[in-house]
Amino acid sequence: MSAPFLVATSVSKRFSQPPTWGERLAQRLRNRGRADPPRLVHAVESVSLSIARGEVLGLVGESGCGKSTLGRILTGILPPTEGSVRLDGRSIMDADGRRKIDRRVQMVFQNPYASLNPRIRVGRAIAEGPVAHGLVPSHGARAYVADWLSCVGLDPACAGRYPHQFSGGQRQRIAIARALAMQPEVLVCDEPVASLDVSIQAQIINLFLRLRRELSLTMLFISHDLGVVRHLCDRVAVMYLGRIVESSPTEPLYESPQHPYTRALLASVPALRLDESVVTFRPIAGELPSPLDPPSGCAFHARCPLAEPRCLAEIPLLEPLAPGRDAACHVAAARIAAAAV
Amino acid sequence: MTPLLEVTDLATHFLTRAGAMKAVDGVSFQLAPGQVLGLVGESGSGKTVTGFSLLRLIEPPGRIVRGAIRFEGQDLAALDERAMRRVRGKRLSMVFQDPMMTLNPVLTILQQMTLALRAHGRLPLPRIKDRCVEVLTLVGIPGAAGRLDAYPHEFSGGMRQRVAIAIALLHEPSLIVADEPTTALDVSVQAQILAEMRDLVGRLGTSLIWISHDLATVSSLADRIAVMYAGRIVEQGPTSQLLRRPRHPYTRGLLDSLPSRTPPGRELPHIPGMMPSLLALPPGCAYAPRCPRADARCAAAPEPTALGAVVLRCHHPLEASAS
Repeated sequence: MSAPFLVATSVSKRFSQPPTWGERLAQRLRNRGRADPPRLVHAVESVSLSIARGEVLGLVGESGCGKSTLGRILTGILPPTEGSVRLDGRSIMDADGRRKIDRRVQMVFQNPYASLNPRIRVGRAIAEGPVAHGLVPSHGARAYVADWLSCVGLDPACAGRYPHQFSGGQRQRIAIARALAMQPEVLVCDEPVASLDVSIQAQIINLFLRLRRELSLTMLFISHDLGVVRHLCDRVAVMYLGRIVESSPTEPLYESPQHPYTRALLASVPALRLDESVVTFRPIAGELPSPLDPPSGCAFHARCPLAEPRCLAEIPLLEPLAPGRDAACHVAAARIAAAAV
Repeated sequence: MTPLLEVTDLATHFLTRAGAMKAVDGVSFQLAPGQVLGLVGESGSGKTVTGFSLLRLIEPPGRIVRGAIRFEGQDLAALDERAMRRVRGKRLSMVFQDPMMTLNPVLTILQQMTLALRAHGRLPLPRIKDRCVEVLTLVGIPGAAGRLDAYPHEFSGGMRQRVAIAIALLHEPSLIVADEPTTALDVSVQAQILAEMRDLVGRLGTSLIWISHDLATVSSLADRIAVMYAGRIVEQGPTSQLLRRPRHPYTRGLLDSLPSRTPPGRELPHIPGMMPSLLALPPGCAYAPRCPRADARCAAAPEPTALGAVVLRCHHPLEASAS
């Protein structure tokens, strides 16, 4: 694996939830005029990850685990509360840590119905960024847009149309063209195929495979669909309640998941039943705890079949178990250590 | 065995200013007591409208324009609204996709369940409470007795869908139509609900129509699968046979586009193009413009034909050999 390209170092993001009017009043009365400290949503907790140049990293997890927030931090849309994101050694944020200055990371969003402005013709939507950043002079924009439209498999003549004249799959192609027109080095895709039908989803997955080959893109691919991630990604990071619990090259992760959560998640995915056998589900018991009040120690301990007393007290760190394979689990680490002796 | 439900040539059209939108156009299928039918299709294929038509939940400009829905000895398509209300929710009930939209946010769980119970007869409150606790426990809500006075927002997405399923079960219907009930949920919660659902229908002997776009989910639950495309069932048959040896090119195309069936990193065999607009369906087979096997014969609409255990609409079915 080549040198790390996009690197996030102990990134955390906490959102404060302002108390409602009633809660504020109750606090005032209870505390004689003083308000309680604000409630914090721990969306992302000290996450470190790195993506090599040309690598496609999959980020999987259930809703509410913080994967979209992490994606937005890596793109520079959200400033992290703590930690830093560097691309090729340079911070993607301004010196004051607020405004995003880097066009080298671009994003494709989940819902192509919401991410395209309905009042702007798609040609202008694609040209706007590159012209503003001086990638192309405004008199050359038309040809530039035509190139990118044909690159994503759309008719260049579509540039004069409005988003509502396209289907969901075509809109997602437009959103991809808009991101690529900025000539990014890293593309962050947040559930780009989740809202599409199976047959259209396959078309977009193929588009990503081709773009990856032709443009040697570095990608972060956020998805809850473990099948799609397996198909597209070189490496996978699994998130649970704001933390990365396992990170591994794709095939070994699916073959032998180390973290109990990864194992449970993989077992939950329904497989195509081709014979008369009865499918045995092994669902994870319980539900995702609230990020407003994360449990002590390992966040998964309440649902984990292997939990030990230590898991309730101590937060497991992401540690290497094998070359390239990291997991944050006391039990898995102890097992590996025992096997090595 | 006499079928519990027999749908014959059902057609539901939406009469819009741009013309008749044929959302469902000639759907026929049967369902035996205790059987689970998976109704599969992409968005716009008419699977949800089929489900809504069974419960007569179609609102203008939509209308059931022809066909019969024989259920427990009556033709639901011909019933007047009063008679339909006695069946709906009692013998035949529905679970919808989004549990946040189907539960009333300003009523407690008990109030909503009371409404559903009293719609079909008077019951004293203690009996109502007992019945509610009973079904809520059945669908796996822990400590049900203590949650009766909770509002829907106090439940998580998975728990809310369980409440919706519990309401559907209140009157012990003989058929439940479930429209994408796990699509809005996470995989781990989906697995819980699938396991519970299969256990429930097995125990109660309820028939189930499970509408979904996801072949894998359906395959884990259904005895039979019907695949819809542009308002018609293009292929139906026993689950394992249909998935192992699809005869219709569309079923085959859908199965092939699943990432799990192609080695990672390899290009997926996708179906070119997209579903035609329901306002301007091509004459003949609606799949022909995307079909690799289409020829001049496909300009005439194929009629449903039985080939062994499967029924399909295709002039050029695939060989019965394993895919």
